[in-house]
Amino acid sequence: MNKKQHTPLFHVSKRGELPWYLSWGIRVGAVALALLVSALVTNLLTGENPVKVFVTIWKGSFGSARKMWVLGQNVAILLCVALAVTPAFRMRCWNLGGDGQMLVGCLATAACMILLGDKLPNWLLIALMVVCSMLAGAVWALIPAAFKAKYNTNETLFTLMMNYIATQLVAFFIIVWEVPKGAGKIGIINQQTNAGWLPQIGPSKYLLNIIIVAVLTVLMYLYLNYSKHGYEISVVGESERTARYVGIKVGKVILRTMLLSGAICGLAGMLLVGGTDHTLTTTITASRGFTAVMVSWLAKFNPIWMVLTSFLLVFLSKGGSEVASGFGLSTSFGDILTGIILFFILGSEFFINYKINFRKSGEKEA
Amino acid sequence: MFDLISFIPRAIMQGIPLLYGSTGETLTEKSGNLNLGIPGIMYAGAISGVVGAFFYEQSGGTSGFLYVAIPLVCSLLGSLLMGLLYCFLTVTLRANQNVTGLALTTFGVGLGNFFGGSLIKLAGAEVPAIVLSNTSRYFSATLPGADKLGWFGKLFMSYGFLAYMAVLIALAASYLLKRTRVGLHLRAVGESPTTADAAGINVSKYKYVSTCAGSVVAGLGGLYYIMDYTKGIWSSDAFGDRGWLAIALVIFTIWRPNVGVLASFLFGGLYILHMYIPSGMNLAVKELYKMAPYVVTIVVLVISSMRNKRENQPPASLGLAYFREDR
Amino acid sequence: MDNKIPAVTMRDITKRFGSTLANDKVWLDIYRGEILALLGENGSGKTTLMNMLSGIYFPDEGEIQIDGKDVVIRSPKDAFDLGVGMIHQHFKLVDVLTAAENIVLGLPGKLDLKAAAQKIREICDAYGFEVDPDQKVYDMSVSQKQTVEIVKVLYRGADILILDEPTAVLTPQEIDKLFTVLRNMRDDGKAIVIITHKMHEVEALSDRVAILRHGQFIGDMPTKKTNAQEMTNMMVGHAVTLNIDRPEPENPKPRIEVKGLTVRSMDGILKLDDVSFTAYSGEILGIAGISGCGQKELLEAIAGLQPVEAGSISYIDDNGGREELIGKDPLSIQQMGVALSFVPEDRLGMGLVGNMDIGNNMMLRSYRSGRGIFTNRKAPYKLAHQMVDFLEIATPSVETPVRRLSGGNVQKVLVGREIANAPSVLLTAYAVRGLDINSSYLIYDTINAQKMRGVAVIYVGEDLDVLLELADRILVLCGGKVSGIVPGRGAKKRDVGLMMTKLGGKSDE
Repeated sequence: MNKKQHTPLFHVSKRGELPWYLSWGIRVGAVALALLVSALVTNLLTGENPVKVFVTIWKGSFGSARKMWVLGQNVAILLCVALAVTPAFRMRCWNLGGDGQMLVGCLATAACMILLGDKLPNWLLIALMVVCSMLAGAVWALIPAAFKAKYNTNETLFTLMMNYIATQLVAFFIIVWEVPKGAGKIGIINQQTNAGWLPQIGPSKYLLNIIIVAVLTVLMYLYLNYSKHGYEISVVGESERTARYVGIKVGKVILRTMLLSGAICGLAGMLLVGGTDHTLTTTITASRGFTAVMVSWLAKFNPIWMVLTSFLLVFLSKGGSEVASGFGLSTSFGDILTGIILFFILGSEFFINYKINFRKSGEKEA
Repeated sequence: MFDLISFIPRAIMQGIPLLYGSTGETLTEKSGNLNLGIPGIMYAGAISGVVGAFFYEQSGGTSGFLYVAIPLVCSLLGSLLMGLLYCFLTVTLRANQNVTGLALTTFGVGLGNFFGGSLIKLAGAEVPAIVLSNTSRYFSATLPGADKLGWFGKLFMSYGFLAYMAVLIALAASYLLKRTRVGLHLRAVGESPTTADAAGINVSKYKYVSTCAGSVVAGLGGLYYIMDYTKGIWSSDAFGDRGWLAIALVIFTIWRPNVGVLASFLFGGLYILHMYIPSGMNLAVKELYKMAPYVVTIVVLVISSMRNKRENQPPASLGLAYFREDR
Repeated sequence: MDNKIPAVTMRDITKRFGSTLANDKVWLDIYRGEILALLGENGSGKTTLMNMLSGIYFPDEGEIQIDGKDVVIRSPKDAFDLGVGMIHQHFKLVDVLTAAENIVLGLPGKLDLKAAAQKIREICDAYGFEVDPDQKVYDMSVSQKQTVEIVKVLYRGADILILDEPTAVLTPQEIDKLFTVLRNMRDDGKAIVIITHKMHEVEALSDRVAILRHGQFIGDMPTKKTNAQEMTNMMVGHAVTLNIDRPEPENPKPRIEVKGLTVRSMDGILKLDDVSFTAYSGEILGIAGISGCGQKELLEAIAGLQPVEAGSISYIDDNGGREELIGKDPLSIQQMGVALSFVPEDRLGMGLVGNMDIGNNMMLRSYRSGRGIFTNRKAPYKLAHQMVDFLEIATPSVETPVRRLSGGNVQKVLVGREIANAPSVLLTAYAVRGLDINSSYLIYDTINAQKMRGVAVIYVGEDLDVLLELADRILVLCGGKVSGIVPGRGAKKRDVGLMMTKLGGKSDE
């Protein structure tokens, strides 16, 4: 019998649910493997021994009190954008426009600070910044959402394009408001008066942002898992037909959820401009809208896990930069490490959802 | 007065990287893979070529053939590897395409900027910046007689060989998709992998081959930009958002590479329109003109979804992983 | 068995999907020059078995021989190379391609659509099909699509043809035409397998019948030597003495009054044509008809899910007050105080959310209750526990995603939820499809209990025997029109069967 060479070596089938410890074991294994590969790549490029590489990566985030605060701030802002896009993702609506929605939030905040900085009491100005930034983000998300709800226009590509329109809009206003004329940039807004700067509480100007985002994380967790809206979002995401069957207005849920998504992105922009950066550039968001997609997906759209995944990504990118700058190399090294770890985690999902059945030769000869 | 004779060649040169990117992405999307990693792949294609050329120039090579062949082969290999990575994750391991694509873009752009910024240091070379003028001379050589034939030469002959190749590849891709059996099978895979599978078409193979071919083509766009458009000078993030614009172009051309030829020139024109529109002292308005390609893409996206004509829709299985035994 | 060598021999074929055993050591022989009917209830593993022969699935265990030679069929291409072609129930056609493009899909060689069109015309002429090679599939009717599928298989020169429930979507004339073609092909020496659960098709068409039950091979025999009763017994496992309770309706009052209801599908096809009837409280109104005759549209129109072209649907409460239901969505119907429950045909795609657990699925109807922005999660989980006990739902826990339950248990979850909110109208579509006998009876009893509560039940069924024993009145739909309403008690199967095909001008009975 020549069956052996005819039978496929293995075939893949879907597997039942894995116990949580196994599935998380696979993920942790993937991260460990990715770190190993990262160390190897670093070693190849810099010649430093892998253990020292990890020490340097660690130092990038925890090397000093200031670095830890910066880490916290970066995690907070990234987490905030990830929290924003998550409701849309739960609805299977691929909002890749987090960047643009955040950017218009930045723009609205800066506009308030520049135009009204010396005309309003500070508390009113800040309140206005919050409202305007959220409104701007919401509008930016609502435009693609409206077309999706009405004509089922592809939201992935629409939101993507909205990012660049936002970038150009910001570029336009930067030139309108440039200081000094012809500089092509805005510089620190209200440096003398500090009008519209969020108040510093505690030891660092970053603490307020971190607290706000921590509260937001809990609220978002409750909203998604325990509220009526959150339930509707899940039903629409799983099956639009089921949603219609129980009387959920799908279009309305899409609009409402994208509005929320955009508003929180706008708020993230406000935290960035009003809280820490106090300026406006076209690259101020640092592509966080895209990184947020990965943060959210890696955490299986669970806000609590997202704390961990956003920390992981920020940690790596800071560590990568630290390693690179230590050797006078480009700080984009962090992006390479981020890429590597993402590939491993993406790949590991396969082993959680599928199993590979190897065929034993000589099986069932009878 | 609007200077068309100088505008059009510049628009075309801007359009060529977009044409490579969109042809590549169209081939990819036709197989049902929405590869949002194209911007990263274009960076990877560019930097691979740069690395190859850099080392050859450093070694003091003189062969004109190798000045072209080495960067070209390096670029092809670099983008091929990126394509293989994407396929392995999304086709073999069935990972989420959106997330994989974004990760690939992060990775590819990081790769480009890292090596672009560190190559000199890593190689221990004694030059202040990456300027591949020798290589660029071969890549940006125009057709003979371009400067003698007046406006005709300027409009049609003043480009490097990669520009002509872009048009040829786009037309060939169009022919492949429309008129050949391979193209028919590829369209079927993207529309309905179940059907294609039942018809005996190897879905995974088609997805792999078309996505990798698409990546290679897209990577050439990056190479063209560095070697021809910027005359061999690498600067960080210079390639910018052209990768995303290439993806937009795919929608704009409703998945037709032959339409892409003119559309990419149009987009190239829109991209540089702000330099040609007299806006007086008001520099800010120029920034608004730069929105044009994106706004136009959105309008096309909305119109095609409103008209709901079957031929103009994205491939039906775009973005979805295929598993035969799914029930 | 006899002296012929089987075209296909399947031995000990086993296939699992997760924890469900779809095929369990199945044996099957298929011969040339013969039409084999593969008979079994829904979910008995017929389609799975044939999918393994056509390369869609790969068996976990077992072996397949073609013409006496061991073969391994890894893909549909392997199957084609061995001469096996399958016409799936859900057509495997690419909508945006033309008929000719679909037909040549997957074949090697240079693409020459003109030559292909020529060959297609020849096949059509030989068998009397009508196919326009240049027509796009999305412009085709269901039967045109099926024709393309058959031509596709013939074009490839397949001589072992498998048809998966080919008649489900056809009119009686189209069925006749199909059967003629199939007989021609058999006489041509081809091996033909038709998957079905309709007894009269087995009797009218097949030479031999093989029966599956719960994924196991029960037996095969020449069709001439058996009869419907024996086949049914083998199919369901024991002699069926349908003995469904049918209590007399108590104090029936008009509850739902439908007048002149006309519905068109999205592509403009008339689905319901001037349908009028009244459903009474405390009564089961059975809806009979071959599938696709407007049953789905009728129920969805009442439930507020289907845009209506003309007509009215009134809900009449106990005091005689009337409410118009047309133009209302499910939410506004609910808010009007009309307790309308609906068990749709597509359980996991419409009635339930497969990835959510039982408790969360119970919540689908009740999540809006209570003040505040948060859902009340205690009540639905309590209800889930009650339903698991009451309907004997086999599940590890109420936190198990319903997708992981077996078909019968999924249906129990759905029915349980729908009766839990004390409906005054209960719509059910194919409530026992794919369920085993015990679960089916549990569902009948549950529906009867609702009837005794005074609920107006509209029961769409496909099994006439059940309708005749369960329903108080039977409304027969044919091609979107009402071809008659008869009392369930004393109705003859033959008469109802005739009405089901009346407007088609032809009956198979």
